[in-house]
Amino acid sequence: MREDVPPLTTAVSAAEAAAEIGASRRRVVVDGLGIAVSAAGFGFVYGLAARTDAHFSPLEAMAMSLFAFAGAAQFAAVGYVASGLAWPVIALLTALLNTRHVLYSAALAPWFRGRSFAERAVAAHLLTDEAFALSIAHFRRLGRYDAFGYWYAAIVTTLIPWNVATFAGVTLGDAIVDPSRLGIDVIFPAAMIGLAVGLISGRRELVAAIAGASVGVGVSLTAGPTIGIIAGGVIGPAVGLLVPASRAGERAPLGSEASAQRYSMPHTLREPEDEE
Amino acid sequence: MSTDYVPLALLMFAVTYPSRAIGLLNPAIDRLPRRALEYLQLVGPAVLAALAAVDVMVAVENGRPIFTIGLPWLAVGVCLVLVWWRRNLFVGLLAAVAIAIAGRAAGLP
Repeated sequence: MREDVPPLTTAVSAAEAAAEIGASRRRVVVDGLGIAVSAAGFGFVYGLAARTDAHFSPLEAMAMSLFAFAGAAQFAAVGYVASGLAWPVIALLTALLNTRHVLYSAALAPWFRGRSFAERAVAAHLLTDEAFALSIAHFRRLGRYDAFGYWYAAIVTTLIPWNVATFAGVTLGDAIVDPSRLGIDVIFPAAMIGLAVGLISGRRELVAAIAGASVGVGVSLTAGPTIGIIAGGVIGPAVGLLVPASRAGERAPLGSEASAQRYSMPHTLREPEDEE
Repeated sequence: MSTDYVPLALLMFAVTYPSRAIGLLNPAIDRLPRRALEYLQLVGPAVLAALAAVDVMVAVENGRPIFTIGLPWLAVGVCLVLVWWRRNLFVGLLAAVAIAIAGRAAGLP
C-alpha cells in the first residue's frame, strides 16, 4: 500500500465523523432551546418568589443563582428563609436535596476521563439536571466526549437564562405589594410537589415521597417544621427501600438521562420514551 | 442594598458543590455500596414532598405548630394532578397561582 497519500477510507470516515458531530451538535442546540426558555421562565418565578417571600435583595438573589445554581434547592431556600430556619439547617436540607447530583456526576465521569482537573472542577459547578440530560445524550450519540456539548448545555441553555431571568424576577418583585393576592405564596409548595412528581419513576420513589410527606407533617406537628422536614427527608427514603427491587417498577433510575429529563424543569418533564 | 444572604449563597455552594464534583473529580464513587446509591435515589422525592406537605399543612401560631387546611391545599393539589398528567411543571404552577388568585378574590383564606 502506498504511504505517500492518505488512505481514502480514512478521509471518508473523517467526513462522516464531521457530519455526525455537526448533526449531534445541532440536536443539542435545538433541544437546548426549549430548555433555555423553560429555565428562563422558572428562573423568573424564582426571582419573584425570592423577592416577595424571602425579601432577598437583587444582589442576594443573584448570588444564589450564581453560587448555588441549583433550581430546586434555591426555591427551597426561599421557603426556608421565609420560615426563619437556621442556616445550618438550610445547609443540611440543601445538601440532601442535591444528593442526586452525586449520581449524575458519577455517570458523566467516564466521558470526562482525560480532561484536565480544572475543566472537570468547573464543569462540576455547572452540573444541573438540564446540562446532564443534554450532554450525556450528546456523548452517547457520538460515543465520546465533546466539549461543545457540555459547555453549550451548561452555560447557554441554563446558566445564562437562569441568571438573567432571576434578575428580571427579583427586580419586578419590588413592585408587588401583597404577594398572597397574586397567588405567589403557593408557588413554593406547588413547585416542590411538581418537582417531586418529576422524580417519581417507580414505586420506591412514590413510597418515599408519601412517607416523606407523612413523616414530615407528623413530626412537624410535634417537634416543629424544621425537624419535621429533615425527618421526612431522612426517613422517607428508608421507607421507600422497603419496596423490593423486583417490585419497584423502576423506569428511569437516577443518574440516567431519562431520570434527568423527568426531573428537570418544564418541557424536560416528559416520559423517557418520548425522546425516541 | 442588603448583602446579608450572600454568605448563605456561598454556604449553599459549599454544600452543593461536593455532590456535583465527587464523581467527576473522584470516579471511585462507583464503589459506594449499592444500597447507599439506592437510598440516594430516593432522597429527592422524599425531601421535596416533605417540604410541600409541611408548607401547606402546618402553620405556626404563637410558636406552636398546628395542622391547617386552606386554599393552598386545593392549589397545590391541582398542581400535583396536572404535573402528573401533563408532565409540565409550568402548567401546574400557572393553575395553582390562578386558583389562589381566584380563591383570595372570593374571600377564601
